[in-house]
Amino acid sequence: MIRNAVDLLRRYWRVMRRPSAYFSLGFLTVGGFIAGVVFWGGFNTALELTNTETFCIGCHEMRDNVYVELQPTIHFSNRSGVRAKCPDCHVPHNWTDKIARKMQASKEVWGKVFGTIDTREKFEAQRLTLAQHEWARLKANNSLECRNCHGFEFMDFTRQSPRAAQQHGTLLASGERTCIDCHKGISHRLPQLPAPQASAR
Amino acid sequence: MTPIILALLLAATLPASAGDVLTDPMRGNVPILDEATPPAMPAQENKDVRRVRSHPMQPPNIPHKIDGYQLDKDVNRCLYCHSRTRIEETRAIPLSVTHYMDRDGNVRGDVSPRRYFCTQCHVPQEEVKPLVENRFQDFETASRPRPGKAAPKSK
Repeated sequence: MIRNAVDLLRRYWRVMRRPSAYFSLGFLTVGGFIAGVVFWGGFNTALELTNTETFCIGCHEMRDNVYVELQPTIHFSNRSGVRAKCPDCHVPHNWTDKIARKMQASKEVWGKVFGTIDTREKFEAQRLTLAQHEWARLKANNSLECRNCHGFEFMDFTRQSPRAAQQHGTLLASGERTCIDCHKGISHRLPQLPAPQASAR
Repeated sequence: MTPIILALLLAATLPASAGDVLTDPMRGNVPILDEATPPAMPAQENKDVRRVRSHPMQPPNIPHKIDGYQLDKDVNRCLYCHSRTRIEETRAIPLSVTHYMDRDGNVRGDVSPRRYFCTQCHVPQEEVKPLVENRFQDFETASRPRPGKAAPKSK
């Protein structure tokens, strides 16, 4: 059994190592290039397809829980009509980080297949854990997804309320706090926090 | 006899003539069968300047916007800044000790459930013209002698 497999591998290795006898170098180069473009383009197109809101709310877990909660918030309906879609906040925009996040998200496919949060009750039971994952992620990358739109350098403190300007001018400016430290629950409902955190952040 | 008296009473309570227009300060001069155009929604005041209380026991009102603040059995967004342990960082006004008391006056370690829902007593204010003129005077203003006038004599 094992010997058969090794023989098979050895045969393919020999084929791969041997120079091509029938196809010209030009065909192989150009063909390889075209195939590369097609596969790479196809891969990225498929990747971008999974990076749309339509894809996210294709599952009832997202459509009936978090998407509904987003709708009354400032990030969905507001005076100027600019809105955030799921991947704007939940998927890094940088390609390498995006791929890393997408690989992590295979856990979510597992959750979907086995129905980890397929009822409201199950979702509520998991809400704190899920939220803490996102808080930890945003804390670790210094709220990168917030800052993709909200640049600290471009904030006009005179247009902010006095207490907002005070907080942004001290704790945020010094880097002591990052966006997510204070703005948890900005777009989805907050779960009940464990006792020690309930009053202290 | 009685029906006649009733009819007279009824007539007395009705408007004297059909020409009289009933006006409601909330509706304005819109006939009762028409739909009134509601006034534009006013903006909430967001100046962060504390307002004077009208009387010592008045729950102070909120001098900032509270749009989208979650206030339910799970989360109290107000306490995020106003709780006893958070005020040093947030510089918010802490809850008074009465908010920690149960109905028997025992001071508890955490906010009393009967005081948990802040907006039952504390509300933000909107920049509107009052529908009815307010002639309320604070006790201090009312009791203080005005310049050029003698103080109200007390018995």
